[in-house]
Amino acid sequence: MFDSLAEKLQATLSEVRGRGTLTEADINAAMREIRLALLEADVNFKVVKSFTNAVKDRALGADIVGKLNPGQQVVKIVSDELTALMGGSAGELAFSPRPPTIVLMAGLQGSGKTTATGKLARYLRTEHNSSVAVAACDVYRPAAVDQLIKVGQQAGVDVYEQGTDRNPVDIAKWAADRARAEGKDVLIVDTSGRLHVDAELMAELANIKKAINPHDILLVVDAMTGQDAVNVAEQFAEVVDFDGVVMSKLDGDARGGAALSVKAVTGKPILFASTGEKLDQFERFHPDRMAQRILGMGDVMTLIEKAESSFDEQQAAELERKLRKQDFGLDDFLDQMRQIRKLGPLQSLLGMIPGMGKELRGVKVDEKEFDRLQAIILSMTPQERRHPELIKGSRRLRIAKGSGTNVQAVKQLIKQFEQMRKVMRQVSQGRMPDLGALMRQGR
Amino acid sequence: MARDWRELFIIDGAAGEYDPAHPAAEEPERRVGRFRRLRESLRKTRQALQSEIQATLFEDLSDETWERLEEALIYADVGAQTTAKVVAQLEQEATENKLTGGQELSDRLVELLTEIAQTGNDTIDLRPEPTVILVAGVNGTGKTTTLGKLAWHLSQELKRSVVLAAGDTFRAAAVEQLELWAQRAGVEFVKGGVGADSASVAFDAIAQARRQGADVVLIDTAGRLHTQDNLMAELAKVRRVIAKQIPEAPHETLLTVDATTGQNGLRQAKAFSEAIDVSGLVLTKLDGTAKGGIALAIAQELGIPVKLIGVGEQLEDLRPFDAADFARALVS
Repeated sequence: MFDSLAEKLQATLSEVRGRGTLTEADINAAMREIRLALLEADVNFKVVKSFTNAVKDRALGADIVGKLNPGQQVVKIVSDELTALMGGSAGELAFSPRPPTIVLMAGLQGSGKTTATGKLARYLRTEHNSSVAVAACDVYRPAAVDQLIKVGQQAGVDVYEQGTDRNPVDIAKWAADRARAEGKDVLIVDTSGRLHVDAELMAELANIKKAINPHDILLVVDAMTGQDAVNVAEQFAEVVDFDGVVMSKLDGDARGGAALSVKAVTGKPILFASTGEKLDQFERFHPDRMAQRILGMGDVMTLIEKAESSFDEQQAAELERKLRKQDFGLDDFLDQMRQIRKLGPLQSLLGMIPGMGKELRGVKVDEKEFDRLQAIILSMTPQERRHPELIKGSRRLRIAKGSGTNVQAVKQLIKQFEQMRKVMRQVSQGRMPDLGALMRQGR
Repeated sequence: MARDWRELFIIDGAAGEYDPAHPAAEEPERRVGRFRRLRESLRKTRQALQSEIQATLFEDLSDETWERLEEALIYADVGAQTTAKVVAQLEQEATENKLTGGQELSDRLVELLTEIAQTGNDTIDLRPEPTVILVAGVNGTGKTTTLGKLAWHLSQELKRSVVLAAGDTFRAAAVEQLELWAQRAGVEFVKGGVGADSASVAFDAIAQARRQGADVVLIDTAGRLHTQDNLMAELAKVRRVIAKQIPEAPHETLLTVDATTGQNGLRQAKAFSEAIDVSGLVLTKLDGTAKGGIALAIAQELGIPVKLIGVGEQLEDLRPFDAADFARALVS
């Protein structure tokens, strides 16, 4: 019952993929599964209806029924429609030609505005080299100002605050003036959480907007929000006409259907994804990749982006050469492990690899295990690392002792490495490796 | 009619001990008035017209009737599974002619929903001395605010002595936030030193409560996603530490669930329950437009009852959960 949307759709579509042709009954059955899965993913009821109708229409269109490989075409249609729903290519934060660019953060209580404010500030500072300040306009929530001060410190930006005795509209105006005077590139204004049906607070938000004329208004939406997401988004859109959305708490296992719904109903793009409580767990949202991810096709682009910022070009070329010459040794394995570790916690990375979803569900990667493997490899001589087939008997014992492990662990590592080498060989010969089998054998 | 605080909290002693702001026996008008206010605060806009189930919907039974009922329940975040069960049952009873007329069906619907919502033990026993209540939940669901309200109610309305423990040792200014609530509620406050461990704060608070002979210890914890294994393990540790100190404690383990939460709420409840054996939910932020139907799914699938609801950000905005009120509001 707790299967993810990705798995459900994969199951539905893999059945379809297997068959030769599609009947209308087949399509209806598939649509039923998709509808259920999307509802379970908290996509708005109405959005689900129109989505499944659109897919069904296209699927019933002349091209599909009776044709060969119709399954593959259905997959493509669902993927295309989902991508279109999510909004095509990524949206952008608008920057003002005359600084400071003012960004106003809004949203319900507990949605993650203050954390998002800190993250966005840090993001702009590090990725765009902007000088950033944040303004504390939440005068209601106990210690909200304190929280932003601490978050601002962590983000390395100035925090403009005037305590809790002043009107938020006045504080915002003062902060905008100060940001201008101090020559800041960006000012991010944090506000208090408010209900979309609280007339007084919504009016206050509208007044803040009027007072500071923000270039961007971002609505922060919790990824686990259910059907109500649409109500919230519609109201905020009506009152302040926000420009984009920040999805928060995406590191959980909420399917995030709210993202689909908000985009479909308000037309506003999702600009950023917040993927954890630490300030650097923040990235640009890529709708096309999110749609692909929902369909189990992995968040490949994000992984590549991350890899590019930490992987050395030269090393890549050298590795390729070694692979082709099948010269791959344990040293290279160690190098690879180190590179991968730099990219980020393994768990989140694994989730990004296409097709890995199903196989790796429930597999917990142990960082300590990696340390052990590294210790074992470092206890080998360079020759042993290049030719692990040499390692028997006394060598094994020596390595086990030197790394503080045991003979069994050494044997296990070499076995895993040989399998890895086999995979590399297959890849270099142009064949698709059976990664699933590899993972299962490795256990 | 709406549940009284005395039906929620089990306390010893003479009736006179409980001196609430409102008199114990409420006149019918007052009760109806409270329900109306609750209903209004549960549905501030009239945009939910599509999801209103009037008795008229059931006058002419057709496929569309069941579809619209299904829609209404899905919109309320009840979830596809629980919705299917409810609709199937009602449809069956209607078809077998056990029920006739729109009003009967409408009433039966509310009855079915109430039955599901009224699960498990829906009271909070305050007789143990001290009573230890642990509160946990995902980030942003309203743990700290709920604790502030609970502390206020226990101390001001029920005249209990309360110790509030600042168990959120992670989030920026979380301790300061709870401290302000403690001041508002007029209760004792216990916090740890810099870099303190959540479990040790709980331990200190319970020790202090015992020394002072306090009635209730309320323990706050940091928000955490149920998918963060290390944090769930930490929470389990906090519980173990409490249990070591007092074998029966925590006497109550409450999970805060945001009423706007979708189906992920089920996963949350399951995971938290596995880690710390949740005894009840606090359904928060019901003053918005979300119906909190996920609580129904949780009751149905996991048998965990809602004990309290949060209906605003002020100290008084906490109510005992009433299954019938909740059921009625779900479909109106």
